[in-house]
Amino acid sequence: MATSTPTTDLPAAMIDTVVPASDWVIVLPIALALMGAAGLMMFRRSNGTPLIGAVIVVLAIIACEIALLLEVLANGPVSMTMGRWLPPFGISLTADIFGASFALAAAVVTLIVLFYAELDRADADGRDAFHPMVLLLLAGVTGAFLTGDLFNLYVWFEVMLIASFGLIVQGNRPLQLDGAVKYGFLNFLATTFFLMALGLLYGLLGTLNMADIMRVASAANPAAMAGVAALFMLAFGMKAAAFPVNAWLPASYHTPPAAISALFAGLLTKVGAYAMLRALVVVLPASRDMLEPVLACIAIGTLLIAPLGAIAETNLRRAIGFVVIGGIGAVIAGLSMPSLNGVAGSGLYIFHAILTMTALYMVAGLVEKTTGQTDTRHMGGLYAANAPLSILFILLVLASAGVPPFLGFWPKLLLLEAGLDQGVTGTAPGWLGTAMVLALLINAVLTLIAGTRLWAHVFWRSGPEGQGSEHGSVALKSFDNRGHLALGATTLLVAGIVVAGLWPGPLMDGVSAGAADILDPARYVEATGLAGDEL
Amino acid sequence: MEYILAALVGLFITIGTYLLLSRSVIRMLIGLTIFSNGVLLLIFTAGRLTQEVAPIVPEGLEVPEGAIANPLPQALILTAIVIGFSMFAFLLVLAFRAYQSLDADNTDTMRLAEPDNAPNPPLSY
Repeated sequence: MATSTPTTDLPAAMIDTVVPASDWVIVLPIALALMGAAGLMMFRRSNGTPLIGAVIVVLAIIACEIALLLEVLANGPVSMTMGRWLPPFGISLTADIFGASFALAAAVVTLIVLFYAELDRADADGRDAFHPMVLLLLAGVTGAFLTGDLFNLYVWFEVMLIASFGLIVQGNRPLQLDGAVKYGFLNFLATTFFLMALGLLYGLLGTLNMADIMRVASAANPAAMAGVAALFMLAFGMKAAAFPVNAWLPASYHTPPAAISALFAGLLTKVGAYAMLRALVVVLPASRDMLEPVLACIAIGTLLIAPLGAIAETNLRRAIGFVVIGGIGAVIAGLSMPSLNGVAGSGLYIFHAILTMTALYMVAGLVEKTTGQTDTRHMGGLYAANAPLSILFILLVLASAGVPPFLGFWPKLLLLEAGLDQGVTGTAPGWLGTAMVLALLINAVLTLIAGTRLWAHVFWRSGPEGQGSEHGSVALKSFDNRGHLALGATTLLVAGIVVAGLWPGPLMDGVSAGAADILDPARYVEATGLAGDEL
Repeated sequence: MEYILAALVGLFITIGTYLLLSRSVIRMLIGLTIFSNGVLLLIFTAGRLTQEVAPIVPEGLEVPEGAIANPLPQALILTAIVIGFSMFAFLLVLAFRAYQSLDADNTDTMRLAEPDNAPNPPLSY
């Protein structure tokens, strides 16, 4: 700090050796996305180039992230420090299993959405810079998943936010401007709370490097640290749309074109949930223990309220927005029970939600395209017209409700085990675990009711509300080439979700190893080079 | 000095919160700006206030001779100011555009995304 004379001699604080080339895979995904966004901005008016360019860039990012994930699975967390300053002075990018696998899932989802987005882009002329914005959003999301520095995390949140501002107003309809005002104000307020927490944390500890905070946090005043952790909880809770601060999500996510809704649902709230996991469970575990009852109440509230909203809603994409919020409840449930099973359940749920929630919005967009309506009251009889679409939708409903053997079942199984173990091993009273188990089960049933009701209204009944079967179905539009491309992209993603659900072994092994690193971050700290020299 | 600045931070955040609770979008925007400026001042105060020399290492030395002011909070604030200003600019344009399109700068009358007269949930099934 300012008053102490520097004791570190210069060479010891600098990196003299060349970073091994294999470590570059951690910074390449972010650099590629940022440079790709800048490059495509220049070519945005040329016909076809933006899509091809964006696909190539995202494929390169996926290749780097697969290499990164294999490296992390084999040898533990990887860290690379920017500039020549050693941590905690230089900014570290640190990837563990959770961060690397979520970044990979986000890139895969982005690739699929790039093809799907052609559905709405028949008359787009590229002036709207859709593809550069998507790459910028991916850069922000990837950076947030891979960073090892809290202030850097704030910067990636803002990169993500400004890109999402640009995306949510694409199309420029009055409805979107309304949604964008609510989305913009509340998300900017959330990042301001995050910044406030950062300022206080820096004042208390004098460092913002995550690994360094883990070492020195125990020396600070526990009450002040709990206050900082509560601010983190508020900021990331708003980002993730957890129960008391979730109102912006159903007010805005249904307004942009379906491809953009899908991207937001898959990436943005999950980054908020991941940041909460990282900040509370990994970086400030002692403060998290103090906040455990609050986290449990937020989780139970989110789990119960969200699917009720989905049941009451008639607008298709707004109803799905409530399903997205319900998923966040499951993630926070794991944060309130930080046993191996609980954290593994949270991680696997984030992974599942990135894929499933994107796919749900993609199917909803296809339904809206076919019927020309956004409200389920004016839909009906789609099963006869488009059976593949109805199969995709019901599969995703089952996956998001957590019906075995679909992907959503496995994280919920881990969370239920964590809840049942809570009284035995956890610090909190046993009734909290029991309440969590009940909330998770009720959430599954309510989500199943909400989803199947949507399915019945859109696909199963013979016609829209007030019309009998003798009138036949409403005028349905058939797909053109772009529609078939979008349907193909959606089918591919749903097929991936089904396969992952039927063959969960590698995923379960992966998240168990990842959760072990989350609960005992010794390897994480060691990767940044901060282990050993105790203060 | 810290106490004065801490009180000022509190004042900024109070005014910002009060304006954010308004229905007028422009007042909300001003409130958000004052709120975030309060947060910037908070980072500045939390980084310790000193009357030391500027953090510049004299020529020929590798470390400064005595105590220096802490440059890191200023770097953090500078980053946050740039980001906050771009967000402010975007939200200002968005508010103006919403005023043109929706003919409303009152959040009570901006009800396109969440209709006021929302229908009852369907009773079938």
